[in-house]
Amino acid sequence: MSTDLLVEPSSQSRGHRILTTVVRSREFSIAIVLVLIVLAATIRRPTFVFSGDGWRDTLLTPSILLLLAIGQMVVIVTRNVDLSVGSILGVTAYVTGKIFIANPETSVVLVFLAGMLVGAALGAINGFLVAFFRVPALVVTLGTMYIFRGVLTNQIGSERIVAGDIPANFEKLGTDQILSIPLLTIIGLVVLAIVGYYLYTARGGRELYAIGSDPDAARLYGLGVGKRVFGAFVLSGALAGLAGVFHIARYATAFAGTGRDLELQAVAAVVIGGVAIFGGSGTVWGAAIGAFLLVTINRALPSLGIEDFWQRAVVGALILGAIVLDRVLAVRQARKLAESRDHS
Amino acid sequence: MTTTQSPAAPAAPTRTYADYSAPLWRRWLLTREMAVIALTVAVFVYATINVENFDGPLTVKFLLQDIAPILLIALPMTLIIITGEIDLSVASIMGLSSVLLGVFHDSGMSIPAAALLALLAGLLCGALNGFLIAYVGLPSLAVTIGTLALFRGIAVGLLGTTAITEFTDSWADLATNTIGESRIPLVMIPFAVLTVAFVVLLHFSTFGRGIYEIGLNDEAAHFTGVNVARTKFILFVLSGVVSAFAGIYFTLRYGSARGDNATGYELQVIAAVLLGGVSIFGGRGRLHGVLAGVVLIGVISSALRLESVTVNVTNIIVGLLLVASVILPSVLAWASSRLPRKATTPPESSPTPNAASAGV
Repeated sequence: MSTDLLVEPSSQSRGHRILTTVVRSREFSIAIVLVLIVLAATIRRPTFVFSGDGWRDTLLTPSILLLLAIGQMVVIVTRNVDLSVGSILGVTAYVTGKIFIANPETSVVLVFLAGMLVGAALGAINGFLVAFFRVPALVVTLGTMYIFRGVLTNQIGSERIVAGDIPANFEKLGTDQILSIPLLTIIGLVVLAIVGYYLYTARGGRELYAIGSDPDAARLYGLGVGKRVFGAFVLSGALAGLAGVFHIARYATAFAGTGRDLELQAVAAVVIGGVAIFGGSGTVWGAAIGAFLLVTINRALPSLGIEDFWQRAVVGALILGAIVLDRVLAVRQARKLAESRDHS
Repeated sequence: MTTTQSPAAPAAPTRTYADYSAPLWRRWLLTREMAVIALTVAVFVYATINVENFDGPLTVKFLLQDIAPILLIALPMTLIIITGEIDLSVASIMGLSSVLLGVFHDSGMSIPAAALLALLAGLLCGALNGFLIAYVGLPSLAVTIGTLALFRGIAVGLLGTTAITEFTDSWADLATNTIGESRIPLVMIPFAVLTVAFVVLLHFSTFGRGIYEIGLNDEAAHFTGVNVARTKFILFVLSGVVSAFAGIYFTLRYGSARGDNATGYELQVIAAVLLGGVSIFGGRGRLHGVLAGVVLIGVISSALRLESVTVNVTNIIVGLLLVASVILPSVLAWASSRLPRKATTPPESSPTPNAASAGV
């Protein structure tokens, strides 16, 4: 019986196995870096976490990038990329502001839905172009990034959505806390849990990984590649739209440049989180931790006595470190697999 | 490749070469590159006739000065994209070389010495990219997103929010003057030299054939004797040096060294290169198309500015052109496959890109 198996079943207990899987996982190593940074910053300046504002900001500030990173991860896992998310965020932030200017009494739920809808529609444009014409996502979303931003800037000009335009109850939502956890963070985490669960268990989620591993093989196998890729872009757009609403709730301001450069940060968060840039592997948990790590580093550097001008350099070094680490782990894994093959 | 699928011409024997499936003029004229050049000329002529002051003496000068950094960086970027890689860090290298030029000059160095050090820094930046991509084997998209942040971070970290604006006048003039009495800025001389060098490198050398081979299939290239890693490494080093040179020019032209100089240029360069007919998957593209792509964007934005249309409209147009440029081949292929008359002669039905790849 056992001679048929390439690798013997583990003799360890179930709990033990889960523990080793978690400890050895790529996500765990980033989580440790994140914890270390928070610890270091807190030791230097206890208010970094242990104060009302510090605690809130630690959880709240990353929520916008968290949403973008989740959407970006789903797109990247299919071997595509969405560079237009920053522009989509800008557009929905502006639309949200305009809705409130037109009717300050608009219900909050409706505003969230409207934001996601606008985002999903813009994402659908990307998805249609990429999936239907089978053209490279990098080029298409680079183009739509310019187009969306251009249309927005054209509409908005030098106008600004300011705090006065936003009803107080909505603005309060941006800083509301339930059991000391900010509401926006809770929404972000719920989205994370749903998307994570879907990717891990649902057929559609597994198909996204299959498509990213080898699009041609997936097509030959009969998977609906176009449909899934389209869906991934719509999701990415919808989450960018939600992030736009978050932006208004949190900062109560929007102008022509809102969300600029966020697209590269979202990609960076995903890469730091251990998602392969050419698709097919990685988890949305990693991307989420990557987003928290990026934002937290930016906040922590001044507390650590490093001028915040250097923060981008640190972020860059972090990205390079993350992909080199991935490479080392992959090489080690390949060697281990080769050994187990030779021994059997 | 598509070229191998083209059946023989009617009278041909068992074996033909796709290159000869169409007459020379057709292989030269019905290409992506010629389409971009024709569009550029059309826009230029239209603007000269219809846009007031476009034929003025200063237009060409400012046009060329504005697009000079993009023209410069587009040269190595084309080669890199043809190998199937990408370099997103070019604008950050520009920013870093700009800051270094300012800092070294501020500490009492002459401009040439400071510029030399800035170029050296660009070389090192490119070497870091090249080492990680070519020898460690990391994906270039991820690496250069990392170095995009890293180099920009160092640039901003060195100067903070301050700017260095004191530069020797004679050198600053060099960046803004024109050649003699003509309207051509002086920076076009080094650009012309570099263009010749890169055209020879890409289109008339073994090294250049290797670049195309790597883009089509890097394993096959390796087995035919192309040194894949070294080729990629050299290209990224070239990209670093040329970007640093563009950064020096940028600094002297605007007389200001700042950490955030040239932010966002990387996407403009890539947009221009892709517009010029280079395939993002590698293996296809030619330099004359790319240069026409850069000039096209420059002419459009210059003409629209004279019409006092804002820069946003320019961005929309650039975005639309970019999307159209990748979709058009698919649409044309789809449309011609729907035409029954052409369905019987597949070589006729292939859209222009195939003709271009045959001629490469």
